[in-house]
Amino acid sequence: MKFDILLAGVGGQGILSIASIVANGAMHKGLFVKQSEVHGMSQRGGAVVANLRMADQPIHSDLIPAHEADMILSLELLESLRYLEFLKPSGILLTSSARVVNVPNYPPEDDLRRRVDQVPHHCLVDADALAKQAGNHLASNMVMVGAASHWLPLGLEEMEGEMAAAFSRKGEKVVQTNLKAFALGREAASWTPA
Amino acid sequence: MAARSSLTSTRKRRVARFHRKNLPKVQLVGKPSGMEAQGLFKTVAVQSVKKSVSAGQVLLGDEAVALGAVHAGVTASYAYPGTPSTEILEFLIRHYKREGGPKASWCANEKTAYEEALGVSMMGRRALVAMKHVGLNVAADPFMNSAIVSIHGGLVVVVADDPGMHSSQNEQDSRYLADFARVPCLEPANQQEAYDMTRQAFELSERFQVPVVVRLVTRLAHSRAVVRPQAPDEVGLLEKPVERNSWILLPAFARKQWRALLDRQPEIRRFAEESSFNRFYTGPENSGPRLGVLTTGVARNYYLENLPDLEFQPTHLHIGAYPAPAAKIQQLMESVEEVLVLEEGYPFLENQIRGLLPPHLPIHGKLTGALPLDGELNPDLVRKALGLPERPAVDLGDRPEVARPPQLCQGCPHSVAYAAIQEALASYPMPLVASDIGCYTLGALPPYSAIESCVCMGASIGMAKGAADAGLHPALAVIGDSTFLHSGVTPLMDAVAEDADITVLILDNETVAMTGSQPTILPSQGLRDLVQGLGVDPEHFHWLEAHPKQKGELTELLKREIAHRGLSVIVTGRECLEKAKLRKRAEKAAQQAQQGRQEV
Repeated sequence: MKFDILLAGVGGQGILSIASIVANGAMHKGLFVKQSEVHGMSQRGGAVVANLRMADQPIHSDLIPAHEADMILSLELLESLRYLEFLKPSGILLTSSARVVNVPNYPPEDDLRRRVDQVPHHCLVDADALAKQAGNHLASNMVMVGAASHWLPLGLEEMEGEMAAAFSRKGEKVVQTNLKAFALGREAASWTPA
Repeated sequence: MAARSSLTSTRKRRVARFHRKNLPKVQLVGKPSGMEAQGLFKTVAVQSVKKSVSAGQVLLGDEAVALGAVHAGVTASYAYPGTPSTEILEFLIRHYKREGGPKASWCANEKTAYEEALGVSMMGRRALVAMKHVGLNVAADPFMNSAIVSIHGGLVVVVADDPGMHSSQNEQDSRYLADFARVPCLEPANQQEAYDMTRQAFELSERFQVPVVVRLVTRLAHSRAVVRPQAPDEVGLLEKPVERNSWILLPAFARKQWRALLDRQPEIRRFAEESSFNRFYTGPENSGPRLGVLTTGVARNYYLENLPDLEFQPTHLHIGAYPAPAAKIQQLMESVEEVLVLEEGYPFLENQIRGLLPPHLPIHGKLTGALPLDGELNPDLVRKALGLPERPAVDLGDRPEVARPPQLCQGCPHSVAYAAIQEALASYPMPLVASDIGCYTLGALPPYSAIESCVCMGASIGMAKGAADAGLHPALAVIGDSTFLHSGVTPLMDAVAEDADITVLILDNETVAMTGSQPTILPSQGLRDLVQGLGVDPEHFHWLEAHPKQKGELTELLKREIAHRGLSVIVTGRECLEKAKLRKRAEKAAQQAQQGRQEV
């Protein structure tokens, strides 16, 4: 078993908290995990990417090879398309429809949505709206974890346990908000065949 | 020499929750007659609180190095923040605050960090100094010379290279500098090796009495995996070097020390030859097509990633410890018909194997175009070099070619300064704005496009002076508070000495912002006092808040000081937004903790 996720987003969106929750879940399940991230200059509002690899055997490369990712998990619409060459033919492109428009030549939304539609396996989630519905717009990354949970090699309870652990020091309310965001994300992606 | 080596390397060290104040102030030792006796006096245990060794922790490569240092009984660690090395000291400083030791602190720059570590080593205790690759240029003076003194407590120099220039000005390969200084270099391929090699580096440093380099690359420094730690060592005793002259590099003594270092080289080479970090993964007795693969560092990961797809098993030698083991490499070369060298960074090993004259069998690598000379390796480049076809893919359509470069945060105080500079310079046909390294370098990009140089730490001030000396007016230097304290003070002295016709703008955001808000070595007031103390004319020294409301005033001030044909220094101050966010979060957490205590 091997599951490679390429996480994409814009600096500051919180892709590393997604990576850390999923990675911890995998580790607690006894899987091998490697997680490569970006620090330093590129973090400042620029395109950021992280590689998360899980397997039941030792993992060598910290980087996912081209056409090998089982999933691209993106927190931003334009960023979801930046690393398509990493997706394997059967892999899924899972992205939030959120847009961070901080460059002058940001493409029209319709154009981006059309391109996402061209990817054989894709799922678009209105993560910002669902996060608000859950009670906090900052929880959109947990909406995306919920959406991804249909494909991840982790059980539902394991995932919820990791989230509770990750947010527990911020209080019960934050835990509940994030669990709700997770549930809403999971529901939003449930129509997509896993 | 051999007897001493075994004594030193086997001396038992253990560290756990030791506290500096618990260490004996001075260990009185007799007067051993020679170097050989030195080891005998170090075998006394100081603290023997053994910390339970956990089963495994998820750590960044940087953090694995840091934990390795703690478990090696390091007494103190020093660094100046620099991507991708920053997280080493961040880990050690967190550990220091939590446990009370070992000491860990940020320094003004890599040179001061190195020298402080050197002092710890001189006192017989283990020290770590960490930096990014270009930081070793700054620390090159103490580094090169510390190879000549007889290192006492283990001194480990962790250098994180940045192939691909994720966050740097160049891709220089630190293995060359280790070789230049004639010291061993260990190059981990994964997080576990980062931990293990750091621990061994301390032993080697004491065994060979030289600093030992641990070379990381970005991809390892910033990648996490499970690390399984071993039982910690003890902290060494406080003890001055027995041979005084071995630390005094007067020519007469330095000649002896240099000779001694050269004489130690065969022993160092023997270590590398026998090291388990240099080993055949597939032996030279291997049958099949006679391809030899030499990997170093993280290149091994990319090779092993692709190996299952190869229809044959090449003979594989991996090198993690330098100087390169010549006998093992020869063994490989004799058993194959061609060789592929896979290494991250410059073609260091490939160059060494190739030498000046044509090799007797084909050697493929970066010098033959099998792999690119620039940039970072990845599994796909290595796949191609191995002659494997691309993995199956489907056409997923074309993609929008829209880059998203990093940029200053919304509302960043630097943007106020850049807007004012643009306005103040609008009437001049040929101004120069020399700048420096930090978040404010992003002022080079639109919409500001306000700066024209970024070369190395502190260069802006000297370069502006040079431009003025060349005849240009106006010449401005734009530099951040931490960069100024790192390497801007000395060029400012030059400018003061000649009342150079330049305007220096110090953007004081009260933090080392780019690397994640580490504290600036001096607070804002200290920085201002320092500038004044250098003798900058008080009439041409100003402080202004970098607030959008002050933009007009800053513009006018800049115009006036640019018109002044001598040295002016303007400090614009306002806390970095990221730092403010982190500070408020920490204050809130402290407040909640306080309330919690009161309720209890």
